[in-house]
Amino acid sequence: MSTSSTQPAATPEPLDIDVMHAPKIPFWRLVSVELRKMADTRAGLWLLITIGVLTAAIVVIFFFAADDSELTFYNFLGATTTPQGFLLPVLGILLVTSEWSQRTTLTTFTLEPSRTRIVAAKTAAAVAFGLVAIAVAVVVAWLAAFLGGTDDAFRDVGLEDFSRFALLQIIAIVWGLAFGLLFLNSPAAIVLYFVVPIAFNVLVSLVSWFQEAAPWIDLSTAQVPLFDTDPLVGEEWAQLAVSSLIWIVVPFVVGLLRVLRSEMK
Amino acid sequence: MIKVERLTKTYGGFTAVDDVSFVCQPGRVTGFLGPNGAGKTTTMRVMVGLTPATRGEVTIGGHHFRSIPNPGRHVGVLLDASAQHAGRNGREVLSLGARTMGLPDSRVDEMLALVSLSDDEAKRRVRNYSLGMRQRLGIAHALLGDPSVLILDEPANGLDPAGIRWMRGLLKSYADRGGTVLLSSHLLNEVELIADEMILIGRGKIVAQGDKQTLLAQHGPAATFVTSLENDRLAGVLRDRGVAVAPAGTGLRVEAAPVDVGRAAAENTIVLTDLRAAQEGLEDLFLALTSDTQRDARSEAGAPEGASA
Ligand SMILES: Nc1ncnc2c1ncn2[C@@H]1O[C@H](COP(=O)(O)OP(=O)(O)OP(=O)(O)O)[C@@H](O)[C@H]1O
Ligand SMILES: [Mg+2]
Repeated sequence: MSTSSTQPAATPEPLDIDVMHAPKIPFWRLVSVELRKMADTRAGLWLLITIGVLTAAIVVIFFFAADDSELTFYNFLGATTTPQGFLLPVLGILLVTSEWSQRTTLTTFTLEPSRTRIVAAKTAAAVAFGLVAIAVAVVVAWLAAFLGGTDDAFRDVGLEDFSRFALLQIIAIVWGLAFGLLFLNSPAAIVLYFVVPIAFNVLVSLVSWFQEAAPWIDLSTAQVPLFDTDPLVGEEWAQLAVSSLIWIVVPFVVGLLRVLRSEMK
Repeated sequence: MIKVERLTKTYGGFTAVDDVSFVCQPGRVTGFLGPNGAGKTTTMRVMVGLTPATRGEVTIGGHHFRSIPNPGRHVGVLLDASAQHAGRNGREVLSLGARTMGLPDSRVDEMLALVSLSDDEAKRRVRNYSLGMRQRLGIAHALLGDPSVLILDEPANGLDPAGIRWMRGLLKSYADRGGTVLLSSHLLNEVELIADEMILIGRGKIVAQGDKQTLLAQHGPAATFVTSLENDRLAGVLRDRGVAVAPAGTGLRVEAAPVDVGRAAAENTIVLTDLRAAQEGLEDLFLALTSDTQRDARSEAGAPEGASA
């Protein structure tokens, strides 16, 4: 049973651990572990599969439901933002909260004591998932447009459009991640993620004073130009930045501080 | 080596760990012993940076845990075997650890074999693991990075007798090869057999530390079980010397060290058939040292004395 491989690192053990020659865990490895953690449980895997399947399904539905003249690559791609915009935040939330609800933080933070690095790795993983999601959407939309689109199905699509959709999905997933970090609890984060922005959006549209300020303080309003074919103008960028600051950066930072200070139980 | 210096941890007004200092030496198994809620887990959590200390510090191999790069390669930790994702299978739990530390997947197989988790069991989800299987997985995880320091919170928890014996052997040989081992328990018997060094903690304070002999010599009311061909005469001789004697089973229980009992018998040419230190010496010591910290007040005062044997 006792193989030589269980031998303590050095015999006889030096009193001091030699840290000079020990490399840190490379960041990419932390990210790869975070990506893997999302896919190695049934819940996570099914969420990923669901995102993929719904992305394809919505394109098929659009294909049959929309007018023939509307069957363009751009419209197919636009259709995928609905299911993805709905589910990617959940992915972002679970990326953080599943660790807390399952108490795996105990092992995660004893293997990498820098909590900032772990949160950074989770954020990078979230962005990677967002990019993969948009890549899947592009492939599915391209296939649909190629197979059944109008004659000029690919008119007017440029890199601009891809990056706008990518930005949209990355905002969605990082927003979820920030809420996950803030609440560190899956049900709370998911419910509040869906309820609070919608409630706020309703409030903004009802109260006249808010209507003026809406694009600055309401992230869903600020995102509207991203669905448009016209490039964003300077003010729209500023509005997107300010409302992202309020809805994403602030919860993220508060959540991070909480994670840095709290006891891992 | 683990060095705990004047460590204090308070929660609001409650002091969970109170000015605790001790050292765990390489090549030795150190047992960390105390009743429920004594502060063992809290101390170990501070060691690995999961809980911030209020005062004092802990260094491992001369460093704060958080400044050791890739600490899994140096310090193996098992704090709570049930703190694993219930939906992950055992092998995957180890694979994630191995990947984080930058170890080959073959290491996972080695560890699974080491803790006797079969291929089939390793593919099961942790949710469906028995307590002992979780504990084995946790031990495997702690050993994964081939560390020189092991910090294990109640590692024997849930293991079957064979498993406990196996673990004892494992940790002993680990220490023999130069590793530093700290393990906690609230069961004296468990620690007594394996630990070279013992640290007794009660209500956040260290009440005693040292090896078994030192502890007994310093604090222990030495007691001996003795059986002879002439128990009555031996009892008389001992009582004459002012030593308390009580019948126990087929022999006597004497409140004196075995050497004194043996000497008394030799001087009076009484043939002994059995002479040994009373096993509960350390247990009594443990209970006595932690008595004011014990949650079950020792209602039947003195019961451990006469009634045992
Ligand atoms: N976050 C916390 N807030 C308040 N009190 C706490 C907290 N964590 C631990 N404690 C208290 O600190 C004390 C020490 O707990 P600890 O878990 O270290 O005990 P232990 O020696 O490991 O006990 P056991 O043998 O039962 O595992 C307990 O009274 C516990 O309730
Ligand atoms: Mg404990």
